[in-house]
Amino acid sequence: MFPKPIEKQPRAAQITYQAMLPLALLLWLGPLLAVALFSVKPEADFTNANYWGMPSSFEGAFNYGQVFFNSDMPRYLLNSFLITVPTVIGAVALSCMTGFALGIYKFKSNLWIFFMFVAGNFVPFQILMVPVRDLTLQLGLYNTKTGLVLFHIAFQTGFCTLFMRNFIRALPFELIEAARVEGISEWRIFWYVVLPLMKPAIAALSVLIFTFIWNDYFWAVVLTQGAESQPVTAGITSFNAQFRAAYQLMSAGSIVAALPPVAMFFLMQKHFIAGLTLGAVK
Amino acid sequence: MTAVADIQEQESWFHRNQQRIAPWLFLAPGLLFFMVYVIIPVFQSFNLSLYEWDGLGAAEYVGFRNYEDLYWEWVDRDAFYISLKNNLIWLLLYLLSIPAGLFIALFLNQTVRGIRLYKSLFFFPFVISQVVVGLVFTWFYDPTFGLLNEFLGFFGLGPLNVLGDERFVTYGIIFAGLWPQTAYCMILYLTGLNAVDPEQIEAGRLDGAKGWRMLWHIILPQLRPATFIAFVVTIIGALRSFDLISIMTQGGPFGSSRVLAYYMFEVALSEYGFRMGYGAAIAVILFLIMLCFIAYFLWSMYREEKGH
Repeated sequence: MFPKPIEKQPRAAQITYQAMLPLALLLWLGPLLAVALFSVKPEADFTNANYWGMPSSFEGAFNYGQVFFNSDMPRYLLNSFLITVPTVIGAVALSCMTGFALGIYKFKSNLWIFFMFVAGNFVPFQILMVPVRDLTLQLGLYNTKTGLVLFHIAFQTGFCTLFMRNFIRALPFELIEAARVEGISEWRIFWYVVLPLMKPAIAALSVLIFTFIWNDYFWAVVLTQGAESQPVTAGITSFNAQFRAAYQLMSAGSIVAALPPVAMFFLMQKHFIAGLTLGAVK
Repeated sequence: MTAVADIQEQESWFHRNQQRIAPWLFLAPGLLFFMVYVIIPVFQSFNLSLYEWDGLGAAEYVGFRNYEDLYWEWVDRDAFYISLKNNLIWLLLYLLSIPAGLFIALFLNQTVRGIRLYKSLFFFPFVISQVVVGLVFTWFYDPTFGLLNEFLGFFGLGPLNVLGDERFVTYGIIFAGLWPQTAYCMILYLTGLNAVDPEQIEAGRLDGAKGWRMLWHIILPQLRPATFIAFVVTIIGALRSFDLISIMTQGGPFGSSRVLAYYMFEVALSEYGFRMGYGAAIAVILFLIMLCFIAYFLWSMYREEKGH
């Protein structure tokens, strides 16, 4: 293990390390903790310039209540869910199939198609912006959740295919050969042999895509406007315009907007990290 | 009789060629989506960059005039020049997240009580949307109450209006961007460190290697795959920077914090009017810069594939 385990160091080093951990964390999350503090302060604290002192009264319930019952925030949150969940299902479903095709079969253009997915996944969004916006307008899907979902599914298929294909490559190929000898059709091999083995990859990819899509801002701005279809990342800017200078509400709103992917991360931590670090270890 | 035979014939044809047809059937839906929404639009943008178009009326073919205009903006040190320069600064400084991530990973790679929770909490900034990161740091820099100025005031310095000053604004935004990106690199390295071969470390220790020498000669070579991914995601992230700029400064003050990604958006979709062709030309430039890196990544992957 590197660096040398702290247990094997002198006692003084151990105590220093133990003391430094919480300090470092406090420093690291400082800006975020500041927002959390803001979100429970009463409005009076800001007008009295009491920014960093103790809250003069604890108004967390009131501030968060305002966010949930007196703004468009619940609407934006719902939109985010209605955009994120179908995208996750769609992208994962498509990439299970593309990953299977590219991971199992040997055919001439295999590697080229794979590289096309990988390359497409890296292109700057701006080069897609005008044509995609135009296409969405022509389909009559501008400013709808469907329009956003369709694009997200297509774009995420690139990354998901990379992920799934490499995962399937690492599965024991003998299983598939054995099934073929038995005369099982390719579709059934996919459904009954490979798909059950892909469960960990599906879980990892689902949490990753959930976070990516939830946090998307650019496409939300390009393809939607207004509260009926905008997700929370885009909605928060209008929320902030509505409550300009009401720092306690803006803070509470930001925390609410940030929470779902954070919850997802803590609930599915193992899968999340497995997905994010795929390929980081040989 | 013949009809039945035909069906059998067809079935057996499908059966015989199943392994040739199956991959294409599996690929079809994903490939179709990807073509329509990603691959074809890239070419459409290339084409569009030769036109002048407001997004509504008829597009007028202007040849390379959009690129000529960009060239003059470059010569006159105008918006295009500033955006490109800022892109370069982003690219270079964003790479700091790799050593920073490695540093935190080394700090946290211990087995004391509660370390797992610490690792998760250090990873926290990556999970939060960049929009929220942008807001958090806008307040962090705020000249009247921001933590930064509280801190500077403690030493009798400041106040400093980071986001309102042309000299500092880009660095301020990059610093905010480094926060989540460092967390990402950290998690890559933590995973990599987990898989480092203990025997090699022991062998190194016997040879008297420790500290820096150990890190450089024994640990880092084993972390190569993690470093490669860290490079890929960091470079792509740097060139994609949009959210933070849009939230924190909207390119200001006086356009001094623009990057190509943001400038393109501004030209094509905001108050500058809908100059789609000109925007497409900027996007093409950004794409060509990205393409150098994409080609390099693919080439590395290709070597790896052939190596197997």
